[in-house]
Parts: sequence; C-alpha cells; structure tokens
Amino acid sequence: MGIYTTVWVGWGVYLCGMGKYFDLLMEDVRLREGLKACMNCGVCTGVCPSAEFYDYDPRRIVNTIQGRDDAEIEALLRSETIWYCGECMSCRPRCPRGNTPGYIIQALRTLSQKLGFFVESEKGRQQLALKRTIGQHILDKGYCITPRLVAPGIHPEQGPVWEWAVANDTELFSRLSPNYMEAGAGAIRDIDRETIGEIQRIFEVSGGAAFFENIEAASDAKAREMGFDGATDEYMKQTYTFNSGNHS
Amino acid sequence: MKRSSWKEYEKEIADDHYYYARSCIRQNFFPGSETTFLRIMREALGKDIYDDPRHTSCTGIGYHSDIVPLDTTMAVVARQFALMTEAGYENIAISCITSFGLYTEILETWHEFPETEARARENLFKATGREFRKPANIAHTSDIVFHNREVIAAQAVRKLVNAETGAPLNIVEHIGCHYAKIFPKSGIGGSEFPYVLAGMVEEWGGRVVDYPERRHCCGFGFRNYIVQANRGFSIANSRKKLESMAPYKPDMMVANCPGCAMFLDKWQYAIAEMENVTYGADGRGIPVLTYEEMAGLVLGYDPWDMGMQMHQVDTEQVLQKMGVRYDPAAKFLGRAGKFIGAPAAAAVNTFSGDRIYRIKT
Repeated sequence: MGIYTTVWVGWGVYLCGMGKYFDLLMEDVRLREGLKACMNCGVCTGVCPSAEFYDYDPRRIVNTIQGRDDAEIEALLRSETIWYCGECMSCRPRCPRGNTPGYIIQALRTLSQKLGFFVESEKGRQQLALKRTIGQHILDKGYCITPRLVAPGIHPEQGPVWEWAVANDTELFSRLSPNYMEAGAGAIRDIDRETIGEIQRIFEVSGGAAFFENIEAASDAKAREMGFDGATDEYMKQTYTFNSGNHS
Repeated sequence: MKRSSWKEYEKEIADDHYYYARSCIRQNFFPGSETTFLRIMREALGKDIYDDPRHTSCTGIGYHSDIVPLDTTMAVVARQFALMTEAGYENIAISCITSFGLYTEILETWHEFPETEARARENLFKATGREFRKPANIAHTSDIVFHNREVIAAQAVRKLVNAETGAPLNIVEHIGCHYAKIFPKSGIGGSEFPYVLAGMVEEWGGRVVDYPERRHCCGFGFRNYIVQANRGFSIANSRKKLESMAPYKPDMMVANCPGCAMFLDKWQYAIAEMENVTYGADGRGIPVLTYEEMAGLVLGYDPWDMGMQMHQVDTEQVLQKMGVRYDPAAKFLGRAGKFIGAPAAAAVNTFSGDRIYRIKT
C-alpha cells in the first residue's frame, strides 16, 4: 500500500493511492475468485459476445486490474467500458488460467456505483433505469418482471403476439396457469404482503436498499449537472433510450 | 473429442420430492410451460413436487444488471432455502437458468468463502426470523426431464419425427449460458458438450443439429436487452446464431433457458420486420420450443393447453410435421373457452420466396 490522499467524491470519503482501488475491489469475493494471474492470451475476448459488438476487450480489463494502478482503475470505474459486458460468463470456462473476467466486471460495477462514478458514463447512467424498473418491481411485486412491465409500447421487438398476450393477459394467463394475479400457487400469482415485507426487510438489512438510494442520489446530482430538474422521469427516460452511437 | 465426452460431466439428480423454484421469465413468457412441467412430473412421472406461493424472484435479473448487491441476493436465495426447509424438502428443482446458475454460484461461494454464508444467515434471520438447511440436491428442471427421458419415451404418443416421411426432425438445441458455463460440473455434459437437451432429442427420435455457433450466447446480456438503448447488442448476437444454424435447415429449436427461448423467437420477428430476412428453410421463421413443450408434444398434450400460442414464430409447422392433431380455433381461446381475438399478422410467419436467408453451402 502506498501513500494515500483523502478525496471527496460526493457520496463519501475514500483514500486514493497506488493499489487502493485494487484493495477496495479485493473486498469483493468475486474479484478474489475471478482474478488469478492473466497471461494476456485473449481467449476471453475471442469468445466474448460483447467484444464482437462493442469496442470491448476483457483481456485488457483483467490486465489493468492486475496492474493495480489507481489512475488506470479509476479511469475504468468512470468509463463506458465496464458496462458493455453481458455477464453471460462465456469467458469463465475458457480461460486457461482460471480467471473470470465477468466476475471482475461485477466487482468493478459494484464499486463504480458505491463511489458514484457510474454517472460519468452514458452506459453507467442507465443503472437508474434498471433500478427503477427491475429493482423496484422486485420490491413491489416479488418478481423481476410481470407481463405489464414488458409494455408493448417500449418493447416493440416483442411483436404482435406479445401485444395480444398483454392486452388479454387475464384471459390468456388464466387459461394456462391458476391464480394469475391472485392469491395461491401458480405463474404470476399475487405474492402476499407478508412475503413482500420479508423481501423488503432483506433489502434493508443486507445493503440492497442503501445501494438503491445511492443510485438515486448520484443520479439526481448528475441529472442536475446535465440540466434536468433532478433524477426525474424525463432524465430516467433519457438514460433508457439515448445511444450516442460511440460504442463500437 | 469423443462423442461420449459428455459422460465425463454427469451429476446426481434426485429421483423424487422436489421444492419447485419458479422463473420470472418463464412465468411471464411461457406460463404454460411451467404448468406443463408440473403436469409431467405429477401425471406422467408420478413425482411429488411442491409449488410454494411464498416463493419469490431470486433477484437474478437485478443481480446480473448489477443493481442488487451480492449480499442481498444471497439473503433472498437463503429465504428460498428456508421455505424449502420449512416445507420438509431438501431437493430443489429450478425453472430458470439464471436462478440455477446463481443458486449454484452462491452455494459454491459459501463453500469457498464461509463468511458470506454466515452473513446471509444473519441477514435472513434479522429480516425474517427464518433459518435454513442447504439443499441436498440442486437440479435445473431440464435436468429432471433428462433424468426421466426414457420413462417419457416409454409413454410417447409420438416421436420427434416427420410423421409423413419418418425422417427425424432436425433440432437445434440451445443451452442457456448460466446452465454450465459458470460451473461446468453443474451441468450434464459440462459447458462444451452439454447433453441435457441433446439427450432428450435423441431419446425421443429427433436429430441434433451441430453448427458453428452452437455455444454462442442468445444475446440477452441483461442490461444489454432490458435498457432500450442497448438492444442492438441483443439482436446482433441472436442473428449471429440464426445465420450460423440456417444452412443446416433446422425444423425447430429447443432451449432450456426461458430467456433464450424468448429472444431466439422474438428477434426472428424483429429481423424479418427490419431486414425482410427469415431463417427457416421454407421462408418463414424457425419455431422455438421450450423443452417442456417438446416433452409435452411427445406425451400427446394439447399445444394450446401448453401455451404454444404465445410464441411469435408460429409453431404449427412443427405440429404438422409431427402429425399433431390440433384445433386451429382453440389457439385463441381464453379461460372458459372465450374467444379473445387473434394477434396481428407478422412477416416472420408469412411465406415469401424473396425472404429466405441466403443459405451458404
């Protein structure tokens, strides 16, 4: 460990110096499991679906992390790059040295959000939309998604059959499974309030609720910096739909 | 590599008494498949399986979108284990591939880093007062169907063959990435030669298509589909697979991951609309079935009772090849037989000679 400088980043205080970001990352078991000793063979990049589509090279990310240079790691934490991975984990079984770039990405994304750096990239800012859709749905309904969340208006790629299914959801789902949106067992049943309360309390005691609040707070500050009136629905919609086209 | 190399990755699958863990995506897009799985388990195989109304999402999609921290996900999964324990079960049958990968990963992480298990237990107890035992056996629901493939074959009403010619159907099997890429030992056949679906196809008379991009991701990529701005990633990866498999003229695809089944189906619609390209040999799309639907057809179940009307690429072409008798009008009936109208037509289901993907031979 080197000599540290105290730095304010808006969401808390942390220390900066050679290897400090690496130490913070090593607090995450996924980094400890995912980083062994990379020999830069590039097999991970060769099999990576994101590397085909984006300007993305997981080999370089692993190499940057094992280099432990704070400036380079901070640049990654603020970058578009760490948000390109699809977490398919195709890299994991192929690495001849037992590294898992996908795990390293998970640790980087978590730290980027804890430090508030995620709002410095277009792709990172999308975390707000993910939190307010999937995240909120887990807390409210007990499911990541339900049919009406996959609204045909914002999911045109789902096609006319899905549009038909959502428009007739009660009739169709009730034909195929008991208790659609009602109490009892079955697909897309209404999950009871006691259960929902347990899930919400789990989020509170395990850090999930605080993580959500941090995404909101960092997004709100960034939204104001960008000229929005805070992290409004308009800002969230912008993060959900905007693509600069500068990613491949 | 030897053809039988999948046998190096066999795993123990419990024979009976399962706690059922439903899937957010499968419930949404293929609710009839989960019903069909339970029907197969109870009626065809005579197994005991508990469908618990208190079971929730494992948070998997949120976890892999990096908005739900690992400790939170671990505590939610610990709650599922607690429900299983309280109900008197020790074998868990998981419908979702993302969940299956996550449950497997969590159990491995608890083994490797015991302090994470201690935290999960503490968080769960603080939040709910619940405690749990870890499952004795963890299986994806496709593992269980594979495990019983011979019993199902013995009850088969029909096979995966062209009823007119007797030729085996050409079937592309697609394995969800998180089935075995995270922990190859957790999947039948490992990550390179997964045999869980191929074993069903071969046992029930079909022919498995081998093609270059057989192991490529369907393109879900979590945030790369959920966020509208990122969906180019998703469709591009599905297209890569579709272009790779088309020259082999598959009659159908089958997937064990509900997300993969949905994406490979829906992106064919989008590609047909956007580029006027379809990938089936006859100018239409290639139907994508869940393995529950494939097993159900073999057992003689009605396609509309299984929810096959929810596919964007019409499945009638497979039904006709297999000689399945079905009522076309019943496709559009709701509960109690009420007609609910039909979806709008789509190019992917309409024959057009100039749309056939240029098959490179």
